Amino acid sequence: MKTILDLRKDLDEKKVTSDELFNEAIDKAHKYQDKFNSFVTIIDEKEEEKSDSLLSGIPYALKDNFSTKGILSTSSSNILKDYVPVYSATAYKKLKEAGAVLVGKAVLDELAMGGTGTTGNTGIVRNPWKEERQIGGSSAGSAAAVALGIVPFSIGSDTGDSIRKPAAFGGVVGFKPTYGRISRYGLFAFASSLDHVGCFTRCVRDAAIVTDILKGQDERDMTSLPDENIKYADVIDKDIKGKKLFYIKEIVDKEFYKDAGKETLEILDKFKETISKCKSIGFEVEEVSIDEKLLKAIYPAYMTISCAEATSNNSNLTGIPFGPRGEGNSINEIMFDARTKGFSELIKRRFILGSYILQRENQERLFKNAQRLRRVIVDKMNELYKTYDAMILPASGGIAPKFDDEIDRMSDRYLILENHMAIGNFGGFPSITIPNGFVNNMPIGINITGRVFEDGLTLNIANKIEEALGYKGLIKEEYDV
Amino acid sequence: MYKVVIGLEVHCEVKTNSKNFSYAKNTYSEYPNENVDTVDIGLPGVLPIANKGAFEKSLKMALALNCKTPDIVMFDRKNYYYPDLPKGYQITQETKPVGVNGYVMINVGGEDKKIYINNIHLEEDTASLDHFGTYSLIDYNRAGVPLLETVTEPCINSAEEALTFLETLKGIFLYTDVSEARTDRGQMRCDVNVNLKNEADEYITPKVEMKNINSFNNVKLAIESEVKRQIECLENGNTSELIQETRRFDEQTLKTYRMRSKADAVDYKYYIEPNIPPIKIDDELIKNIKSEIPMLQFERIEKYMKDYGLSRYDSEILVKDKKVSDYFEETIKLGVNAKSSSNFITTIILGYLNKNELSIDTIYLTPKMLVELINMVDAGEISSKQSKEVFFKCVEDKKEPKTVVKELGLTQITDDKTIRDIAVKLLDERPDLIEDHRKGKNTFDYFVGQIMKQTRGKANPTLTRDIINEEMNKR
Repeated sequence: MKTILDLRKDLDEKKVTSDELFNEAIDKAHKYQDKFNSFVTIIDEKEEEKSDSLLSGIPYALKDNFSTKGILSTSSSNILKDYVPVYSATAYKKLKEAGAVLVGKAVLDELAMGGTGTTGNTGIVRNPWKEERQIGGSSAGSAAAVALGIVPFSIGSDTGDSIRKPAAFGGVVGFKPTYGRISRYGLFAFASSLDHVGCFTRCVRDAAIVTDILKGQDERDMTSLPDENIKYADVIDKDIKGKKLFYIKEIVDKEFYKDAGKETLEILDKFKETISKCKSIGFEVEEVSIDEKLLKAIYPAYMTISCAEATSNNSNLTGIPFGPRGEGNSINEIMFDARTKGFSELIKRRFILGSYILQRENQERLFKNAQRLRRVIVDKMNELYKTYDAMILPASGGIAPKFDDEIDRMSDRYLILENHMAIGNFGGFPSITIPNGFVNNMPIGINITGRVFEDGLTLNIANKIEEALGYKGLIKEEYDV
Repeated sequence: MYKVVIGLEVHCEVKTNSKNFSYAKNTYSEYPNENVDTVDIGLPGVLPIANKGAFEKSLKMALALNCKTPDIVMFDRKNYYYPDLPKGYQITQETKPVGVNGYVMINVGGEDKKIYINNIHLEEDTASLDHFGTYSLIDYNRAGVPLLETVTEPCINSAEEALTFLETLKGIFLYTDVSEARTDRGQMRCDVNVNLKNEADEYITPKVEMKNINSFNNVKLAIESEVKRQIECLENGNTSELIQETRRFDEQTLKTYRMRSKADAVDYKYYIEPNIPPIKIDDELIKNIKSEIPMLQFERIEKYMKDYGLSRYDSEILVKDKKVSDYFEETIKLGVNAKSSSNFITTIILGYLNKNELSIDTIYLTPKMLVELINMVDAGEISSKQSKEVFFKCVEDKKEPKTVVKELGLTQITDDKTIRDIAVKLLDERPDLIEDHRKGKNTFDYFVGQIMKQTRGKANPTLTRDIINEEMNKR
């Protein structure tokens, strides 16, 4: 499967035109839509592209929680099902200016809350590798569109692991840079302190290329970081000899997984093999121990903070200034009705939780304590980053689940293995998932999380590991449609 | 005896180019929804951008109110649903406001009093709603306008004190140029908390809040009405009517009505706004802002009374408008009798400005020219009556006083010989009147009048009288 650079070469050598690439992409998008449901909207007319950037003429998909002027932006929720924005997100604007060609707006878990790809209002997204399995979420359609080979890259958002988890399940690269590296202006807010913009690609180099276009300070986002004046694509081939990695014993040691299923054990074995490969190409890799209590706190702390912020962030969805107008005899009834009809049960549950967490009498015990835990975890990470350049761990404890999988993996241990990537959101660390082979014919991933602000080094490390592993540009040979 | 306890929460819009958290213009507009940015209507995906000018002006006000300022400024979210609040939360300051623990000096009936400020914080205004029977309209022009809330301690003890405090506060807003503070445009609004204490300084009624009172006079009326109600309830044993609650003041009936009790109070679920990183406030910034704060009204009044010997009444008139006060001070600097300058400004100039709805900085007469004019009077070159005429001519024709005096030929005759020659001639002509004068009849004024007539009013009156007196006594 071709990467961005491959396509760039083809375009520059006039082997293909951008119109042909666009048409090929929308043909595929339509062809796969019924079965895999990657898109809310497939663009029917190519936008004019004028630029000489690496992305000029390259098709891509954008998660439907980015504001696109004049193009439906639903966040896969009924409350925004007809919402056409009047302004464009900075990320979308930058891609447009770079000449990248939008192919479609991708399905997500409703309002980006969820990790299954099953809760969008237009239906479930299926895993390209096996249609009875999930692709994961919330950036489900974005992951599927790249995994299906419709587009060489796509844009997602990541609040807990919403890019990095579906990337693992889809056998593609998923990267979210340091918090603030890419402007969030125009990304429909889920949990502002945890939300990141990031990308799906077929290789680490492409992730660097896309991030190089997206990054930069934005006067519309006060949390955006000043430019560093380096191109990540230029630093990812640097020698990594002597760079130090660590993994957490309490997350990957098989002795903790006596009752685990075969797939989980295989994932842990594959991880160990990858560690050996890392060592063989010059990395120093060490095992560190972190208090299990702290690790167990990641998921509850994440849920507590994200639900609280989500409740507040989504309070603008009342059907008053925009969105479907509710019915009722008073203004409260009208808003109540719009929100009752506009959100699914799962979303309402999160809002109620969030409201409860923020209530004056609960805030100290729930919200503030979760924030303290977040701080302790980030401090611990930063302490480790004094010695190590990055953390490496399996991206998931299992392969992509089936739609009818019983949730039998809710043991504490499994919760840690499945949810540790939220650490990257807690600290705003650059974090990337790359393919790590197959288990039971399904792709699995490993995650590399680096020091804050050091996106270049994190991509550099991931690129070298990707070279050593050889799982680049994975795609299933044929899809039955 | 009851002691009235009042606490005020005063909202005032800050004068800035753009809104508090968006790039939309912050300006008064007759047309609804003209000054609106994506942020102001809370569209999905928008982010607030803190307005540097707004928080620097807020810091200025905090310093003017003698508040402690924080080392970092932070913002919080106040969450509640209402159609005038498009985001579903208001960005305000709870954790780290721009100022805490300050005070303002006021003067009520000649007595100085310190009003303590609990805190002053920067937030954003809501949209405005217009209700029409079966429907309501929303105007987002006001949504997101920077709003400074000044919260006093419950240390105000009468409606008059409250009113004086509000006027003093308004004066500070104007003097520091933080706000235009126009109540007629809803730029300054007030929440009032009222309850009563007994002689032992114990609270005997619960706190009642009256929200969004839009004029100073209504604040006074609302306090008076609510105090009266609370006293009546106490004295009639009607204590069930005395609960901690929010009441609405009705301008028509001049009474307050129950809106909601404390039990129905909204939990605003405050938490730190994650999209605005904490803003560091360094000493340099505070120093710079402090240096921009002019001497305020209270201090100016003290100075005028003490240093220039003016009355409180005149001082208060002079400081009402900072431009007038600055103008006055400029004349003093140029060397003029303070009382003469004060008299000229408060009587002649202010009268003219009010009548023509002009501002003192737009008239042609500069402080320097006024000093020249007053000095001409003091030197006896022109009469004070003439000086008034000269002033009008100056501002109407845009000419300097000296030029006007010359053109009107107003320069007084102060030359002894000229006047004496006329006087001697007159006295020679009417010895009969000199005789009458000696007999006690007043013929003196006849001679003064004749001299004025012959000099077309230019003879210096004092000198004229002196000369007539001397010449009569010689005979």
